[in-house]
Amino acid sequence: MLEWRRRREPSKAMLYLSPLIAIGLTMLTGMLVFGAIGYDGLRAVTAIFITPLIEPQRWADLGVKAAPLIMIALGLAIGFRANVWNIGAEGQYVMGAIAGTGVALLTHDMTGWWILPAMALAGIVGGAAWAALPALLKVRLQVSEILTSLMLTYVAVQFLYYLVRGPWKDPDGFNFPQTKMFSASQTLPAIAEGSLVHLGVPLAILLALIAWFVMSKTVAGYAVRVVGRAPAAARHGGFDANRVTWAALLAGGGLAGLAGLFEAAGPFGQLTPQFPVGYGFTAIIVAFLGRLSPPGIVFGALVLAVTYVGGEIAQSTVRLPSAATGMFQALLLFFLLATDVLVRYRLAWKARPARSAP
Amino acid sequence: MTAAILVSIFMTLAAAATPILLAALGELVTEKAGVLNLGVEGMMLCGAVAGFAVAYSTGSVPLGLLAATLAGVAAAMIFALLTLGLGSNQVATGLALTIFGIGASSLIGAGFVGRTITRLGPLFPADYAAHPWLRLVFGHDAIVYLSLALVLAVSLFLRKTKAGLILRAVGENADSAHAIGYRVLAIRTAATAFGGALAGLGGAYFSLALTPMWADRLTAGRGWIALALVVFAAWKPGRLLAGAYLFGAVATFELQAKAAGWSFIAPEVLAMTPYLATIVVLTMMSLGGRTGGRDAPACLGKPFPAS
Amino acid sequence: MTQPPDQTAPSRLALAHVSKSFPGVKANQDISLSVRPGEIHALLGENGAGKSTLVKIIYGVQRADEGQISFDDRPVEIASPKAARKLGIGMVFQHFSLFDGMTVLENIALGLDETVPAEELKARIKAILDSYSLPLDPDRAVHTLSVGERQRIEIVRCLLQKPKLLIMDEPTSVLTPQEVERLFQTLRQIAREGCSILYISHKLHEIKALCEAATILRGGKVVATCDPRVETTRRMAELMIGAELKSIERPAGDGKAGAARLSVERLDMPGEPPFGTSLKGISFSAKAGEILGIAGVAGNGQAELLLALSGEHPASRADAIKLDGRPIGFSDAGARRAAGLACVPEERNGHAAVPDFSLAENVVLTARHRLPLAPSGLIRQGPVERYAGEVIARFDVRTTGPAALAGSLSGGNLQKFIMGREIGQRPDVLVVAQPTWGVDAGAAAAIRQALVDLAAQGSAIVVISQDLDELLELSDRLCVINEGRLSQARPVAGLKLEEIGLLMGGVHGESHAAEPTHA
Repeated sequence: MLEWRRRREPSKAMLYLSPLIAIGLTMLTGMLVFGAIGYDGLRAVTAIFITPLIEPQRWADLGVKAAPLIMIALGLAIGFRANVWNIGAEGQYVMGAIAGTGVALLTHDMTGWWILPAMALAGIVGGAAWAALPALLKVRLQVSEILTSLMLTYVAVQFLYYLVRGPWKDPDGFNFPQTKMFSASQTLPAIAEGSLVHLGVPLAILLALIAWFVMSKTVAGYAVRVVGRAPAAARHGGFDANRVTWAALLAGGGLAGLAGLFEAAGPFGQLTPQFPVGYGFTAIIVAFLGRLSPPGIVFGALVLAVTYVGGEIAQSTVRLPSAATGMFQALLLFFLLATDVLVRYRLAWKARPARSAP
Repeated sequence: MTAAILVSIFMTLAAAATPILLAALGELVTEKAGVLNLGVEGMMLCGAVAGFAVAYSTGSVPLGLLAATLAGVAAAMIFALLTLGLGSNQVATGLALTIFGIGASSLIGAGFVGRTITRLGPLFPADYAAHPWLRLVFGHDAIVYLSLALVLAVSLFLRKTKAGLILRAVGENADSAHAIGYRVLAIRTAATAFGGALAGLGGAYFSLALTPMWADRLTAGRGWIALALVVFAAWKPGRLLAGAYLFGAVATFELQAKAAGWSFIAPEVLAMTPYLATIVVLTMMSLGGRTGGRDAPACLGKPFPAS
Repeated sequence: MTQPPDQTAPSRLALAHVSKSFPGVKANQDISLSVRPGEIHALLGENGAGKSTLVKIIYGVQRADEGQISFDDRPVEIASPKAARKLGIGMVFQHFSLFDGMTVLENIALGLDETVPAEELKARIKAILDSYSLPLDPDRAVHTLSVGERQRIEIVRCLLQKPKLLIMDEPTSVLTPQEVERLFQTLRQIAREGCSILYISHKLHEIKALCEAATILRGGKVVATCDPRVETTRRMAELMIGAELKSIERPAGDGKAGAARLSVERLDMPGEPPFGTSLKGISFSAKAGEILGIAGVAGNGQAELLLALSGEHPASRADAIKLDGRPIGFSDAGARRAAGLACVPEERNGHAAVPDFSLAENVVLTARHRLPLAPSGLIRQGPVERYAGEVIARFDVRTTGPAALAGSLSGGNLQKFIMGREIGQRPDVLVVAQPTWGVDAGAAAAIRQALVDLAAQGSAIVVISQDLDELLELSDRLCVINEGRLSQARPVAGLKLEEIGLLMGGVHGESHAAEPTHA
């Protein structure tokens, strides 16, 4: 008989191994499930998880999809570490894009190097402002940030619909609900001539490095970690949980807002009702897959980007519905949470009781 | 004539309130046992799609409702396995369940988009509800009556029965309950299953009664509103009933305003109202001094055994 | 003096060769003991000796790995608390298994295996309360009751089942001396009626006063059985500890009665809802070179007082708390530490230390204000690890090193580390709650010695404790906290135990100096 035994200390090895085990289990389960409902399971899983990695022409797309996930997940991870459950990143992402687009529409006839930084700043402020309300309600009135941040996501999306169907609708757009296309000085430059990869991708990596440094080497990062792990100890050590809540939500909102602006000024080049693609929710999976650590998040974002790109491939090769990608992502999160148990426990053969060695 | 309009407005209100009432009532029982399952939205979607798929393929709405209930339980059991069996974080697992519900319902529902079924009709024959006022009493479908009966049943169960006392005890202090000899995890699993069943049923109410047509993510965040409603109700079934019907009123207002073609409010702004109203209500609850702290079960969301 | 359990006399409960292991610990090894009907039998041992595990096995909360349990001379399997109750075993837990938000009646109903209508249950409870003359209102909510009253709920809960064996786990640790006497009367009456009592404690004078037989545990094994009525306290203590008792060395020198370093004047603070105690007009001062003891029954404002002094709950007036004459009432915990006031709260895991952080990281928690560990916001790994290493070495903390997780240390070792972390910063004032709670005798002696040494260097020390013996041994002056009010401090020399007991029970007499003020 197998039984769970509690480890005396959490296993470092399992901390890094269990996400890989979870990915493996997700692939296996996906193969069986999609096989059972009449698809070619092996080909579907290969298309989703392997093909994007071995076909170099997909790599640029991977980077473009990973960048917003990295940025949003970095902010979310800071919050999750501090026990601040900002799950409204999607709304902050949308509001960042809206604020940045506002600047773009104001400066549409102008040129200059300063326009894009101004849009980025507006994106950060827009996202942060959308996270500020949950922060205020949490700190002042102990209203759960889980519910408020999520409710505000629905509000943000409706606000986007309102703008693109109403005041911001492009007059020359054949009545399509969308804004004007951004001008050249409002569009993120590519890192190389003719490349799909825009400036946001290296910036996301840079932000991950900065986040890693802050979280592991500074007193501010320590404050976030200790407030999340042991609030009473944090107070005893002179840390202010309210300030950490504010910082976590503003950082999360700001990063999500910046990601939204990059997406608007990059791949989209305008705002449309199709703009919210759910990166704000997928980033939750990325944050957990990356163990809430910045280097892990870069890895996790790549894995999720692979499932996005692979999901598109599987649609054309195995005729898998687009919703299958979402299923794979959810399965991945389930397995991730399940294999987490391996960090604290180990499986062992049930020995004869009295003889059990520690 | 005005009576007929008022009655019809109330009928819409009751219909809008019912799925949220069901889901929130299930979550209330789950939370009373100390389990915070944030996956209500996901369980509702599982129920909605399972109910629609079964009702569409068998032509039987009752079978669809049964399937929805079971699907909700199945989804809740994934949650129970992870949080209660493997000790995973309840908040994170609830989010995962919602993401799963969105993905699964979208995948299964892909083949049903735009298909319609005959919706769930009133429970009593039409001649019982010939008069508008009688319609108020006899004109609802079976689930509306069921939801009201369940509010009463849950209220009595929690306050008057030994089993209800034990359930509350487990949510109040899991360690003590364990020390006395109650099976904390089994009780919590049962409470989670009940929450899943009602969430599944509530989800199916969308696809089988409100809009007898499949559309992606048709619960539109109502599961989250149900969670807020439990806080609003201070974990009391009676207040939950009031809150759900209050929410039904907000939703009915949105529908009526749209139908009346009010041009001075954009439809998008109207669509925001339920979510904004939820935030406002949560805020007012706190301003009124009723922070979750005192009413919430003391062990809500805490793992057992403590890790 | 070890006698094998008598095999011929009838026994209520008999254990034979019971063993139980947890990962890394052999909690019980080859334990045998026997309790006669109507006997009050002590299970004596230090914290960590294996008493709690053993009673959990008897009560069916845990299963033994090996060994045999007999009840009324019949071998039994006790698979669950329910099975234990069915046999006639009742248990009163050390940390009561009560539900704060519920009423007394609901709590008692939860402890019964059969369902009894509320009115009938009330009548049965009343009958028991009357026959043992215990006052208790069945409709009160538990969180409004005193600790003694809460314990009564558990006792009534057991007595309703007409037990043959009652297990009392450290029942007096939270009671005043008067409440203890009252409890003993009740227990003697219960035993006279034929119910056996297994009495778990490490307090020797109580066992001498109450018990007819004792089994002494050390390190999970039975080291002796004896009759406590005839055995000396010192001998039992040495058996329990496994070494000769050492007394504290007081460094020579006058050291006493320097200038006041910490002074608290009319400190008021509302308790935290829902169940906190409010502090009312607390005034005291602690002088350089002295140890001031604060006694009191748990839950009378000790936790709140510590939070008020540490700065976790800032005061409403800056001059309510002064450090060397400077008002610090508004300062937060960090600023007070920087100014020289260090505090060690009672709860180690999650309050004084973060269990899933390494010892080095735990140094950053409270030592960064006085030591150059993180100037300009950057944590300097080298100095942090060096300081953690110093603490480990100086206070003999048994661990693998600064990288070990705080949660992997035993209670005593973690306490030594925490005390070392604070003492190593040479604070001007050190406030400690329950410095030796759950710590083995060796570590406790080391911690007490360190406190005495720090005082001798001119710091003022405040010890908040429920352990009167400890306070009488350590303190120069002693005061008592009761319902959020603090009595005047008295020199320990010449203080009578009954006097302290009365103060702990809320009888303030003429010594109640500080009047509550309402700002």
